[in-house]
Amino acid sequence: MALLQLRDVNKHFGGLHVTNSVNLVLEQGEIHCLIGPNGAGKSTLFRLILGEHHPGSGQIYFAGEDITALKSFARIRRGLSVKFQVPGVFKGLSVRQNLEIALQSRLHGAALDKEIDRLLAFLNLEAEQAQLAGNLSHGQKQWLEIGMAIALKPRLLLLDEPTAGMSPEETHMTGEMVRRLNAAGMTVLAIEHDMAFVRQVAQRVTVLHLGQVFAQGSIDEIVADERVAAIYLGQAHA
Amino acid sequence: MTGFVSLFRRLEGPQTLGRGPAFWALFALVLAGALAYPLFSDGYTVGNTVYFFVWVFIALSLSLIWGYGGSLSFGQTAFFGIAGYGYGILTINFGASYGFTWIALLLAIGMAALVAALLGYFMFFGRIAGVFLGIVTLAVTLMLERFMAQTAGPEWRIGAARLNGFNGMSAMPPLTIPWFGGPIVLFADVGLYYVVLAMLVLVYLGLRILMNSSFGNVIVAIRENPERAEMLGYDIRKYQLITFVIGAALAGLSGVLYTVWGQYITPSSMGMTAASLPLIWVAVGGRSDLTATITGTLVVLSGFQALTIYGSQYALVFMGVLLVLTVLIAPNGLVLGVINWITKLVTRRKQEAA
Repeated sequence: MALLQLRDVNKHFGGLHVTNSVNLVLEQGEIHCLIGPNGAGKSTLFRLILGEHHPGSGQIYFAGEDITALKSFARIRRGLSVKFQVPGVFKGLSVRQNLEIALQSRLHGAALDKEIDRLLAFLNLEAEQAQLAGNLSHGQKQWLEIGMAIALKPRLLLLDEPTAGMSPEETHMTGEMVRRLNAAGMTVLAIEHDMAFVRQVAQRVTVLHLGQVFAQGSIDEIVADERVAAIYLGQAHA
Repeated sequence: MTGFVSLFRRLEGPQTLGRGPAFWALFALVLAGALAYPLFSDGYTVGNTVYFFVWVFIALSLSLIWGYGGSLSFGQTAFFGIAGYGYGILTINFGASYGFTWIALLLAIGMAALVAALLGYFMFFGRIAGVFLGIVTLAVTLMLERFMAQTAGPEWRIGAARLNGFNGMSAMPPLTIPWFGGPIVLFADVGLYYVVLAMLVLVYLGLRILMNSSFGNVIVAIRENPERAEMLGYDIRKYQLITFVIGAALAGLSGVLYTVWGQYITPSSMGMTAASLPLIWVAVGGRSDLTATITGTLVVLSGFQALTIYGSQYALVFMGVLLVLTVLIAPNGLVLGVINWITKLVTRRKQEAA
């Protein structure tokens, strides 16, 4: 069953056609990676899915419902959740309070405290729970925000470069985290540059180029595709 | 019953300074001192203290909207003025019998809240934020001042109440409690002192509970990162609007009490100076904490009064300097800065001892 479906989605910024007739189907339960050179329109596509931008034309369906006109918070309440590219934690608040704010609309009282503790353990942030989120290391901020995103128990988790700035070990741990979440039933759509991470988690890969879906398939098919290599190399030589 | 208990638990929390028996013992001590104070003072000085208390509500409103919510509002004085004039118009027309002054107080606050709801709706649902919010609210304040300033002529009247332009509206009845042996009229001395003190304690404790609740959590989350807050499923426009309306009601309470205190209000209570002074009290104290805001406001206000007596017009210049110094030295506020510094020192001592 398709969980998320983009039909002929277009977005212009002035004369710039950043999203060009994109059709994308995300199946329930898959881990799908979105790759492509810088400026391919990946982050814009996320913003369209989240309702931060609205498409000039085309529709977005989530679990069978047309959500194209919905505001961001309403989409989140229907089961979407996101981790931004630049970690969007509440810097001036403690790590614990960050998680509490993410959880409090779903849980209260003792159940809330228990779930915060469970998440802190899952994220390996127990020792840092009283610290201000702004004082965490970059990788820890990434994890905290992933924790906030999954605290909503989303049906679809959007991850915008979840491993940016992480060491190879941290990247691997993040990959394991994503796989565990997926095994528990969460569908994941991730933008990622780190090919080791993509290889570790992705069941399907979509390549975006100049605002269009350029190629789609398993990671092996994508790596073997000479046209894909050409657009990346073209970038590198440019 | 459990709801009641959990309400009390919210008196302490991450959004407010002070916790544990030591803090509440200090609170009780300060409160006892405030209750006993009129016994050791004269009517004039007590009345003057009420004048300081009156301004604390508008300072708290600014702490709520700006310090906690992250939206700088110059509009608090507008709500102050609307409620002040509202109280005057209502009581001059309908008098003070049957406890009407209290109904007028509530209605006047309601007017301020209603205007805030309308203005706030257009601002927050129109996604106006940051410096533009300050500009829009300042424009509204100055517009109201200009409007009231040109109402000197006799044609500007609502019922029996002359608006009176820059001469100001006066002679509205003070707050009056209907009583068996004859009504108790609260002039600006001991009687009004206790009433305003009671309001102050209630508002302070109420705001502590509100800010430590899940509502308060969302408010500070919006200050820290509005996009993230929305992406956790919160309709941030609604939270901002509700905060703005509560803030307007508090500013309105200040306005009514000011009018009641001096039985007088003028358009200059909505002018540029009037709009900036509360910002200075709150910034100097520490806008992101209720206790720091109250302390800062009372200290700066009494200092300001002493300066006006001895240094007349230089007092305002000094206030400007104070604001600049605060922003440079302790951007989170002097009172809050000192408290944080002491806390840090104490924890370091403890760590060294351990």
